[in-house]
Amino acid sequence: MSSATDQFEGLASQEYKYGFVTDIDQETLAPGLSEDTVRFISAKKSEPRWLLDWRLKAFRNWQEMQEPRWPNVSYPRIDYQSISYYAAPKSADDRPKSLDEVDPELLATYEKLGIPLEERAALAGVAVDAVFDSVSVATTFRERLADAGVIFMSISEAVREHPDLVRRYLGSVVPPSDNFFAALNSAVFSDGSFVFIPKGVACPMELSTYFRINAMNTGQFERTLIVAEEGATVSYLEGCTAPMRDENQLHAAVVELVALDDARIKYSTVQNWYPGDKDGKGGIYNFVTKRGACRGRNSKISWTQVETGSAITWKYPSCILIGDNSIGEFYSVAVTNNHQQADTGTKMIHIGKNTSSTIVSKGISAGVSNNSYRGLVKIMPKAEGARNFSQCDSMLMGDRCGAHTFPYLEVRNKSAQVEHEATTSKIGEDQIFYLNQRGIETEDAVSMIVNGFCKEVFRELPMEFAVEAQKLLSVSLEGSVG
Amino acid sequence: MLSIRDLRVNVDGLEILRGVNLDVETGSVHAIMGPNGSGKSTLASVLAGRDGYEVVSGSVTYKGQDLLDMDPEVRAREGVFLAFQYPVEIPGVNTMYFLREALNAVRKHRGQDELTAGEFLRLARKRVRPLGIDPDMLKRAVNEGFSGGEKKRSEIFQMAMLEPALGILDETDSGLDIDALKVVADGVNALRSPERAFVAITHYQRLLEYIVPDRVHVLANGRIVRSGDKALALELEERGYGWVEETAQQEVHSGV
Repeated sequence: MSSATDQFEGLASQEYKYGFVTDIDQETLAPGLSEDTVRFISAKKSEPRWLLDWRLKAFRNWQEMQEPRWPNVSYPRIDYQSISYYAAPKSADDRPKSLDEVDPELLATYEKLGIPLEERAALAGVAVDAVFDSVSVATTFRERLADAGVIFMSISEAVREHPDLVRRYLGSVVPPSDNFFAALNSAVFSDGSFVFIPKGVACPMELSTYFRINAMNTGQFERTLIVAEEGATVSYLEGCTAPMRDENQLHAAVVELVALDDARIKYSTVQNWYPGDKDGKGGIYNFVTKRGACRGRNSKISWTQVETGSAITWKYPSCILIGDNSIGEFYSVAVTNNHQQADTGTKMIHIGKNTSSTIVSKGISAGVSNNSYRGLVKIMPKAEGARNFSQCDSMLMGDRCGAHTFPYLEVRNKSAQVEHEATTSKIGEDQIFYLNQRGIETEDAVSMIVNGFCKEVFRELPMEFAVEAQKLLSVSLEGSVG
Repeated sequence: MLSIRDLRVNVDGLEILRGVNLDVETGSVHAIMGPNGSGKSTLASVLAGRDGYEVVSGSVTYKGQDLLDMDPEVRAREGVFLAFQYPVEIPGVNTMYFLREALNAVRKHRGQDELTAGEFLRLARKRVRPLGIDPDMLKRAVNEGFSGGEKKRSEIFQMAMLEPALGILDETDSGLDIDALKVVADGVNALRSPERAFVAITHYQRLLEYIVPDRVHVLANGRIVRSGDKALALELEERGYGWVEETAQQEVHSGV
């Protein structure tokens, strides 16, 4: 049996690193992937025929496809037949009964990150009845959202309650045949979120707190679809700064955003999946397809991401700027430490007139990690007056890590203006000494310098998460200098 | 306050300081002059605790403690302040934020309460005014895009905020025009007190017209070869560094 097979083999039966043992329960499908697997998942979720057919088509596509080899990352070959593709939500018996049973190191990290006490248990996977009133909190949120006409529910629910909307938009931005991992996701996606903001509505709240409470156990093949109709606005935050434990090593999520005329979608991600240990053992493979379509005139889609987790990250949140005057933005901080590898960036496809895009990427590498920025700016022939500004800065901590930049530019319209700036710097001993000399200790100095480096991205995050993200960076880079 | 005994320091295997002796009393201002490459900035760096300087032998006692045994941030909290010759830029880090963190680290060490944002702001406004610093400068990132003069003023402003016991000015006069020099010197003079000492390192006598020292020392080839009162600075100006270097050589050869 190959080592990859070992790694992926029977994760459900593996003793969990943080002290909880997972038994194979009857609701877990045996490892393996075939049309029957797809049919099983669809049947379990009582899906309509059209969705099953959609999944099967994706599966057939996937069978013809090759796993991409071009990212600047290396990992053992994944045996897709050794993964289990369906597990019912865990019963309380399988989870730690109280915080006393949770790894103290994990709890210490929550402490450092300032995660509210009542949320720690949920994040650590502790089985608590009605997790700190999340049911009532959720209900209150739901009522407020419903009053505004906003639909926010799991995608499985949405398939049942709003089949026409889901059917109209699902796969319309990331087609099932788009790429290897998107095809896999389309065939076997477990669940995810559906957001619909009707015409003229500004979503009355950040879709964040709610999400954080409810994001647990969404599974490894997550599917998110957000639609903002004419003039609608929404800010959505995915993820959480707390290191999330998950037994699934392979994560292949798909996120699709659709913005109609004058709509605005702001999508923020804080990703801190388990990165593996100091020797590079374990950790999540995070292979994600995220794409937004600015279909309408004057629409805007803004991606902000803070990526500190996962053993391997492979993702390019992108914007297709179809509507005239539409705007795409990508703000990214990607941190790699120890043996982590990240190949991340964006694609900005300019189709409409006077479309503009901004790319600000900050890569920080420490340990023996590798951090690559890969970005495509494509100006199509009809994109009269299109503009792009890209800035890619890399910071190296120590001399055993790597930073790489792969910018691709395709300009097919003479009126386009495209600017690209890139810098690579080492975290300066002079800077650290300067701060030391003013009484600031080295760890705080590093944190201050790194946060300064990432400032342009952090200020795009919703306030509360900007603060958490700063702490997260310090924790992720702890001990990497000095 | 500060007592340096037979301090020998190597940089990249080269002996730069070859047995420096110096006593700085509380309340005094000492000037250290010397030609380029004499070891002036090395002395400042060693006192502040910068990496890459190998202390071969000798001792530095500060307020009765072994200074060389302390981490740089501890020295700073104990009241050693270095006004840098080349203050480094720290992009994205707001000057006021940085300084508040620094001041609170120092205050915490002294057992004082940390200042609130409001208290800090009031103090900063008071200290910034006499230095002719545009308050907008404090909203910018640390030293980023500052002119040479702005950087030096900012160093003195930081010193005024942190209220050190020992201020080391490393070529603070370099690159300043005469007006800026006066402002900086006034800033330093305002901080002079019986509880505080200064070591002003400079190549030129000019600075010492404005910051009048109690003692002047000449550093040449890694040693203090002459000490005197402020008249020594004038004599140096007149006769040049060649004069002290020559006489120092003669003394070495004749075994004085």
